[in-house]
Amino acid sequence: MSTPATVARPRDFLVAVGTGEQTRRRRPFPWGTLIVHALLLVSVVVIAFPLYYCFILSTQTVDQVIEKPPLLLPSTHAIENYAEAWRKSKMGRLLVNSAIVAVSVALGKISISMLSAFAIVYFHFRGKTLVFWMIFVTLMLPVPVRILPTYEVVGNLGWINTYMGLTVPLMASATATFLFRQFYLTVPDELCEAAQLDGCGPMRFLWKFLLPLSWANIAALFVVLFIYGWNEYFWPLLVTNTADMRTVIIAIENIIPRSGTELPIWNVIMAASMMALLPPVAVIVFMQRWFVKGLIESEK
Amino acid sequence: MKRTVFKNRWLPYLLVVPQVLVTLVFFFWPAGKSLYLSLFRSPPFGGRDLFVGLDNFTALLTDAQYYDSVINSFIFAGGVTSLSVVVGLVVAGLANQKIRGLAIYRTMLLWPYGIAPAIAGIIFLFIFHPSYGVLPYFLSFVTSYEFNWLLKGWVAMALVIVATAWTHLGYNIAFFLAGLQAIPSSLLEAANVDGAGPVRRFTAIAVPLISPVTFYLVVVNMVFAFFGSFGVIHAVTRGGPGHATEIMVYKTWNDGFIGLNLGSSAAQSVILMALVIALTVLQFRFAEKRVTY
Amino acid sequence: MNVLRGAFVVLGALAVLAATPAVSFAKTDIHFWHALSGQLGEALEAQAKEFNASQSDYEVKPLRKGSYSETMTAAIAAYRQKNPPHIVQVFEVGTQTMMLSGAIYPVYELMQQHEIRINWDDFIKPVVGYYTKDGKLYSMPYNSSTPILYYNKTAFKKAGLDPEKPPKTWQDVEAFSKKIMGTGGAKCGFTTAWPSWVQVENMHATHDQPFATKANGFGGVEGVELLINREFGVKHIGQLAKWQKEGIFSYGGRAGVADPKFVNGECAIYMHSSALIGSFTKNVKFDWGTGGLPHWGAPYKKATSIIGGATLWILKGKPQPEYRGVAKFLEFLAKPENQMAWHVNTGYLAVSNTAVRNLEQGYHFVKNPKQYTAFAQLTGLPPTPPAAMAGKKAAPAKPERVSTPNSQGLRLGNFVQIRDAIEAELENVFGGKKTAKQGLDDAVARSNNLLKEFAATHKP
Repeated sequence: MSTPATVARPRDFLVAVGTGEQTRRRRPFPWGTLIVHALLLVSVVVIAFPLYYCFILSTQTVDQVIEKPPLLLPSTHAIENYAEAWRKSKMGRLLVNSAIVAVSVALGKISISMLSAFAIVYFHFRGKTLVFWMIFVTLMLPVPVRILPTYEVVGNLGWINTYMGLTVPLMASATATFLFRQFYLTVPDELCEAAQLDGCGPMRFLWKFLLPLSWANIAALFVVLFIYGWNEYFWPLLVTNTADMRTVIIAIENIIPRSGTELPIWNVIMAASMMALLPPVAVIVFMQRWFVKGLIESEK
Repeated sequence: MKRTVFKNRWLPYLLVVPQVLVTLVFFFWPAGKSLYLSLFRSPPFGGRDLFVGLDNFTALLTDAQYYDSVINSFIFAGGVTSLSVVVGLVVAGLANQKIRGLAIYRTMLLWPYGIAPAIAGIIFLFIFHPSYGVLPYFLSFVTSYEFNWLLKGWVAMALVIVATAWTHLGYNIAFFLAGLQAIPSSLLEAANVDGAGPVRRFTAIAVPLISPVTFYLVVVNMVFAFFGSFGVIHAVTRGGPGHATEIMVYKTWNDGFIGLNLGSSAAQSVILMALVIALTVLQFRFAEKRVTY
Repeated sequence: MNVLRGAFVVLGALAVLAATPAVSFAKTDIHFWHALSGQLGEALEAQAKEFNASQSDYEVKPLRKGSYSETMTAAIAAYRQKNPPHIVQVFEVGTQTMMLSGAIYPVYELMQQHEIRINWDDFIKPVVGYYTKDGKLYSMPYNSSTPILYYNKTAFKKAGLDPEKPPKTWQDVEAFSKKIMGTGGAKCGFTTAWPSWVQVENMHATHDQPFATKANGFGGVEGVELLINREFGVKHIGQLAKWQKEGIFSYGGRAGVADPKFVNGECAIYMHSSALIGSFTKNVKFDWGTGGLPHWGAPYKKATSIIGGATLWILKGKPQPEYRGVAKFLEFLAKPENQMAWHVNTGYLAVSNTAVRNLEQGYHFVKNPKQYTAFAQLTGLPPTPPAAMAGKKAAPAKPERVSTPNSQGLRLGNFVQIRDAIEAELENVFGGKKTAKQGLDDAVARSNNLLKEFAATHKP
């Protein structure tokens, strides 16, 4: 790919020690790397603890869950809990719905945001200020605040209990547009000048130049939007009216007693949560490669 | 801001149409509806909306408890934003080093973000619960102070701030990582030659260079914390003890969605919307000027 | 880009898969939105399945629409969109809102029009009374319970207390708690679930104290005010606050958040809904028993308790013929055998006298005396089940509690928020931020505003 010399080259910034390539000086021991490892381990322990604990709970019996002192190592009831969770939550069919919702929300939002941010940053047009403020003034009007009016709107559109109704309202926020705008603003002007000199039109510029530069951001966006769509609870609950349109999170909620007249079987609930977590994790692992890919492509 | 732009008569309009449509249908329409409802007193099942002018607003603005929720919102949003942005930046900085096992570290750091907010609330209940939680158990070895958030307001607030910041962390790490990767390595190499240490390189070069990302994340986290994320509050404290963790958006949601007090809830969401607009305009007008592009 | 394209292909395939039409039946669908989850939800689904199998014209389709509040709000939103479910389960605190909504088809009217006779007189009075207006039943009693006292027999034994004698008075509760804590039987004496429902609403009822003016709201909407900041309320809540400080009482949170405190043995006595018996039987490892709610003794009368739970409301807006199926379903639910099965499977009360009698004759209560506690407390009978035998009538037991106008139930607008207001102030009192008097005064002031607001919104 021919990019002008001044283009930002996304690359890791490196620790001086332990990379060999950068430093010719020999060091007896890579202390720096060790410190980084140690710090990362601490971060992982702190950040992933709730996740770990969720897993621990999912392997215990229902009494062990509220035992004192709390148990911090896996118990031996994992298999039965996970089988029970699968049976109780009936999530099989619902995984498909959740996947449709999460992927549609992520792709839909990324597409419309990428385009509108491109228009706002790379064009002058009449009414641009109006459009700009119209989009960003409601940067985020949270779903809970607008949930009942939105239900009415969706009802008027005839979208209740449809995939359109499930997904489109979740795409409505300007956060992704904002992110793309922020990113485009950091792309040096010279890139666009050079492209124009080459006779490159706007759509080709977007496709051939901006998109490859945005991989890391798109990957990050995809991860967070997928998870957002996957985990949404109130909206799918309200807008679906048949069992076959529901999502996994609703299935999990259905095994959590909310009437306050039943003891929760936390171990099984946690097992169901762990299972519902697997697709988002798959997405995270998969998107990792995009982070790396973005690097390689721009280094050519 | 951009000096070089494309010239095209109709293309930009075509490009913004989807976003504008979605915004009109799913923001302006519901917002208009809320504005309308805020001037009425209406029974939940509808039927007869009674015009009451600004009564719903005056009722709120003369209620001391509402002001408490405003103060709580600022404490909560400030706490969540600073905690999750700072920690997110540091962790992303660490996870952007070239070391072995990077993919595993990153996965482990982003994975927890996948936990559904409702479940996250429950897990935090298990971690913090005064009678069977992990944290109070370990704290009891260190201090005899009882961190009983069921009755102590400040403990409850600290709890929901930490838990909510945690739920945002994955988001921040992901975008900081994306931002850090876009930094030209030539700049860092130059600094390396100058003999700057890793910490210095990070604070003096990387941090300013990703300020657009930081700006984005501060805005988005602020907006999230202020207007969006009451999942943990709903799951753990329910606004209590007393009203110590009742923030504006939780009150709005609770009064409307749970309490079915539609008029008051609509008035509250109008106030929230005004705030979100004011905050956004302020940020774009003033804060953005300080960001390096 | 291939990845993206691949994702689109997968998405498209999934959409096609999902759009495959379901096989249609000739049966008329009856949509039933409910809020029961976990095992309770499974029991409800089993009931619907049984009804569907029992006839061939209607298919009841239960769908959980979230928690009680979420279900009610979802039904409202759907009603406003002119596409409501036929039946919606609403918790007891939503009763007033439903009655005044103009959106419902009262149960008595539905049954009359479809000429299905159910002997409502056979139903337990405190239950139907809660949902009756001008002598007419508005919603179908479904899952009802009442708060009772649970106690840890093992801890009682350890303290040298008689494990068969639960505390009857609050004085007992204090004395027993001190003994238990002194002998290491448990860390705290007692705790409570549902702070407003158990410690405020039911304490007022069982002590024959009014909770609100206008006969607890049964007498009208306009001008109703709470009365919980009077002598009795301040005394009781003040005492709880004092015990909280001494460690005898340990506040454990709203709704059922305190459950683990009892289940893991931390607190020896727990006040909670009778519907928890089933869960406790399955999950509590130590020996435990039940008893009536404690009483302060003279000068207060000992009155019956009030119920909680939910009923089924029928919403307007569906084609008329479909309501016949709804009426049939309600008839099915009212049958004594189904009442009995529901009670045995869930722990909620069987609400018709016939069902209760049948349960007695089948030795159900003799075998499960814990299940009798709630019936006794609601009807005023002594808490020990009569050893009734089939065909032989036991002498009627002497009532232990009286039924008074104050123990009939509560009918308040904006009740959900009133409970919130009360519980928030209770936390302020237990946390030592306010005195009992201040806290209750503030709760009353806030609640009265909510009541005024409700009256203004629902002016006829």
